Amino acid sequence: MAEEVKLFRTWSSGYALRIVWALKLKGIEYETIFEDLTNKSPSLLQYNPIHGKVPVLVHDGKPVCESLVILEYVDETWKHNPLLPQDPCEKSMARFWANFGDDKLMKSISQLFIAREKDQDVAAVEALENLKLVEEQLKGKKFFHGETIGYLDLAFGWFADFVSILEEIMSLKLVDGERFPHLSSWIQHFIDAPVIRDCWPPRDKMIIKFQVMREKYLAAATPK
Amino acid sequence: MAASDVKLLGARPSPFVNRVQVALNLKSIDYEFIPQNLAEKSELLLKSNPVHKKVPVLIHGDQPISESLVIVHYVDEVWSGPPSLLPADPYDRATARFWAAYIDEKWSPLVRNLINATDEQSKAAAAEKVFEGLKLLEDAFVNSSKGKGFFGGEKLGFLDVVLGCYLGWVRAGEIITGLKILDETKTAALVGWAERFTSNKAVDGVIPEPEELVSFMKMQARAAAAADASSK
Repeated sequence: MAEEVKLFRTWSSGYALRIVWALKLKGIEYETIFEDLTNKSPSLLQYNPIHGKVPVLVHDGKPVCESLVILEYVDETWKHNPLLPQDPCEKSMARFWANFGDDKLMKSISQLFIAREKDQDVAAVEALENLKLVEEQLKGKKFFHGETIGYLDLAFGWFADFVSILEEIMSLKLVDGERFPHLSSWIQHFIDAPVIRDCWPPRDKMIIKFQVMREKYLAAATPK
Repeated sequence: MAASDVKLLGARPSPFVNRVQVALNLKSIDYEFIPQNLAEKSELLLKSNPVHKKVPVLIHGDQPISESLVIVHYVDEVWSGPPSLLPADPYDRATARFWAAYIDEKWSPLVRNLINATDEQSKAAAAEKVFEGLKLLEDAFVNSSKGKGFFGGEKLGFLDVVLGCYLGWVRAGEIITGLKILDETKTAALVGWAERFTSNKAVDGVIPEPEELVSFMKMQARAAAAADASSK
């Protein structure tokens, strides 16, 4: 019996993109269900009652939630083209840095993104410190995974796109080639990689979305 | 495996450290426990976990591994003989990982809020949220255990270790708040599970008694107040 794979996602979610890429890397056929998170479908709420979020992967009727959990599920279910390293130590490093990306890095980048102009220098300090740590991880490697794309590249994928969006909206350079040669190089390789490049959401739509988001935060933060 | 090959940088009151201790015990791995003073971090800790400067850190040979859930996975993968900590089936593994993330990211902050609540109204509101979470975990237990004694089935597994190591703090929270958090009228299955977990050989001596944790909390609060006062 052919297996049935569905992916609930939104047009812009970087978390959902991880799964789009993973399924593509594994050559898995699936059905996409686009969600409007302001009007969640009964199916989404049924498959992810706790969080009501995307992505959700549904495999033969069974839902898997949380993007990093889904990535490991995909890797363990379809074992060809492995995404995670085989060696337990390297696997641990990949998991550690994926968590770092989602917690510390994302938080510091978001803080910078919504900082008022006078607060940007301070917000940038933490973001840059975190980026330095990521830069270290790429020394001697084309991708986090090595010569080919793997789990940690997919985990950081949101960043490859968001950096240029942030830089355009805020008119600042966050990842400059001199300070972050490895990270800059990784971004270029990743954005243009065959499996990756056709999946990016439309840039103009992303710019508008994040511009609106930023303006909302700045307006809310302004003392009345 | 010689004890000197496996070191654990930890602090007794930390449920995250306790997870690693229980995991190593379940696998019968000898290790050296190196207690850390988190108010004055050692060179070894700063060198081994420069990113977060936190415990637990497992040092295997000369390789440090940080983050309790990452470490527990590592222990299961390196010492891959029985008992397995994670389930064999990928879907069951994903389910266990999902609940581990829920427990750490959503549920345990609710317990912290309850313990730190200062007035009766916020305490009641916080308690309500904790109980809602426990109902979800009760269902998760029933589904996961499939009629057996643990989330992992017949034996303690990953999710038992993840949730079970919070039990010391849950009990401490009951003393501090005067409320029954694990209540057999609300989550009977979890109450039974908690007893089985705590009395398991691998858990013996790992999780501090609740009274010890209550004293620890009071000591921390005093230290924080003193630091506040001296910085004014």
